Amino acid sequence: MLAIEPRRQPSRAWSLLSPAIAIALTLCVGALLFGLAGRDPGHALYVLFIQPLTSTYGLTELLVKATPLILIATGLAIGFRANVWNIGAEGQYTVGALAGGGLALAFHDSTSPLLLPAVLLAGCAGGMAWGAIPALLRTRFNVNEILSSLMLTYVAILLLSWLVHGPWRDPDGYNFPESRLLSDAATLPILVDDTRLHAGLLFALLAVAGAWVLMGRSVVGFQLRVSGQSRIAAHYAGYSTTGLVWFALLLSGGLAGLAGISEVSGTINQLLPTISPGYGFTAIIVAFLGRLHPLGIIPAGLLIALSYIGGELAQIEVGVPAAVTGIFQGVLLFFLLGCDLLTGYRIRLAPVRGT
Amino acid sequence: MRALSLGGPAAVIALVCMVLAGGALAQARIGFVYVGPIGDHGWTYRHNECRLAIEREFGDAVSTSYVENVSEGPDAERVVRQLATTGHDLIFTTSFGFMNPTARVAQRFPKVKFEHATGYKRADNLATYSARFYEGRYISGVIAGTMTKSNRIGYVASFPIPEVVRGINAFFLGARSVNPDISISMVWVNTWYDPGKESDAATTLIDQGADIITSHTDSPAPLQVAQTRGVLGFGQASDMHAFAPDAQLSAIIDNWNPYCVARARALLDGTWTSTDTWGGLDSGMVEMAAYTNMPEEVAVLARKTEEAIRSGALHPFTGPIRDQSGNVVVPDGQVADDGMLLGMDFYVEGIVGSLPN
Repeated sequence: MLAIEPRRQPSRAWSLLSPAIAIALTLCVGALLFGLAGRDPGHALYVLFIQPLTSTYGLTELLVKATPLILIATGLAIGFRANVWNIGAEGQYTVGALAGGGLALAFHDSTSPLLLPAVLLAGCAGGMAWGAIPALLRTRFNVNEILSSLMLTYVAILLLSWLVHGPWRDPDGYNFPESRLLSDAATLPILVDDTRLHAGLLFALLAVAGAWVLMGRSVVGFQLRVSGQSRIAAHYAGYSTTGLVWFALLLSGGLAGLAGISEVSGTINQLLPTISPGYGFTAIIVAFLGRLHPLGIIPAGLLIALSYIGGELAQIEVGVPAAVTGIFQGVLLFFLLGCDLLTGYRIRLAPVRGT
Repeated sequence: MRALSLGGPAAVIALVCMVLAGGALAQARIGFVYVGPIGDHGWTYRHNECRLAIEREFGDAVSTSYVENVSEGPDAERVVRQLATTGHDLIFTTSFGFMNPTARVAQRFPKVKFEHATGYKRADNLATYSARFYEGRYISGVIAGTMTKSNRIGYVASFPIPEVVRGINAFFLGARSVNPDISISMVWVNTWYDPGKESDAATTLIDQGADIITSHTDSPAPLQVAQTRGVLGFGQASDMHAFAPDAQLSAIIDNWNPYCVARARALLDGTWTSTDTWGGLDSGMVEMAAYTNMPEEVAVLARKTEEAIRSGALHPFTGPIRDQSGNVVVPDGQVADDGMLLGMDFYVEGIVGSLPN
């Protein structure tokens, strides 16, 4: 008989191996699904996961898609390590886009080189402000930040909807709910000619590097980790829980806001009722897939981005429905959580007990 | 339709010549970008029908592909561009929110041709098309105004854009033309496709006393609620009779097939040019489903209204039309011009409530 028993220490090897096993199992299930649907599994998997990587444009699009995911997930992971559960990154992303985009629209005639930095800072500040609300509610009134941050997401999306339907509507746009296009001075520079790869990628890389130093080398990082593992221990050590909650929410909110304004300034170039295909929520998956570690988040973000882009290509080339992307992400998360069992537990052959 | 039937033989001859001359003809590739799933049984479903119509019409001369559920945000441009770079010659982008991404990609790929539904930006390789659904809305309004007992109509609305506002006004003008006591309430769901939200909205409207439900979203959910609750309603974008056999009075059917087939033919002929098409009942782009679940005299009235609009004898927006504050927006004896219709951002007099802004 097989028995599952807890390990004394979580296995570090399994913690690193489990994503690889989960990906392998996901590919097997995917191949099976394509086979059952009457498609050539090899070709379908090639189109999903390899073909997007075979052209410069595909590679740059992968980075474009991964940029907001990595930015947001880096911030979220820091909070999650400290047991601060910011589920509302989508809202902070939206308010960041609003704050930065609003500034860009207010100065749409400006050609000043200072406009772009100001727009980006406003985006960060907007995200932080939206993150500050759950922080205040949590530290002052002990309101669960999971609920407050999540519900503020819907407030943010409605705020955006109201602004683009009303005061910020393009005056030359036939009353359609869109802002005017952002001026060149408020647009992020493109890194590779004739692609959409914008400077937001650099922010994502800087954020990852910063988070790595913060969590691995700084006192605050140590406090965050201790607080996450044992709040009582953190309390005994005299760490300020209030300060850590504020820090985690402001940081993750600020990075989500930066992701929002980078998307608006770098790819969409205007404010629309929909500016995110759910980046704030997908980033939660990315954070966990990356083991809540800054360096793990980069491959995790790229993998999830690849599943989206490959999913689009698979529709065009293989003729499978859009649901394939969702199935792959769901199956991947399922196997990842399943394999994580092996980190804390081990499976061994146990003698059958007599009845 | 005459132009279409003349184009047919010409296209076949041209194709045969090209096949004979070139040995093997490179297939024309036609791509579609959909905002919803093709199984929405409404807007996207009807656009997918026109893709299938192209396949039926031209067989091996074309191959088509589609991407569904494309969000109207940062992803749209990549999807449109992916179609442009994978050898597609003609690309239909079928939601308003794809306008700027389509325009950007069109500028970058001057040899690829683009067709954008419901937008207003055009270029040499970017055409636009839409249909005058308000004509069907007016007929629905006439039916609803006659059939209602509570004089309350529930309207499940998506976004307060001119297309939707125009539909509400046309419906109300039609209803008021036969019933001066009519009132209409809107619930804005802020989505094109979300069966859950759509049916919640319909339930709320029925709870408030509406006995006829109409919708400007993409799924049959509001009509299904009407069926369950024993009230009446209208199908939207496609004939939804099968979903609500006892509730559907009629449905405004988007029939893109003749348009898409004609445009594909123009592509194959080499006669494609950028155009702006806004067709109504007379062009066949708007059709009414069978008039059901109503007494014969109401069906006769509906058919008469339909015929009058088709022939041009009746324009749904004929003055005098006032806005909610009583200003005359269309003077007596005149009809609203296309400019006003395309930018419509006000309710007509008699509608209670204000437009969400």
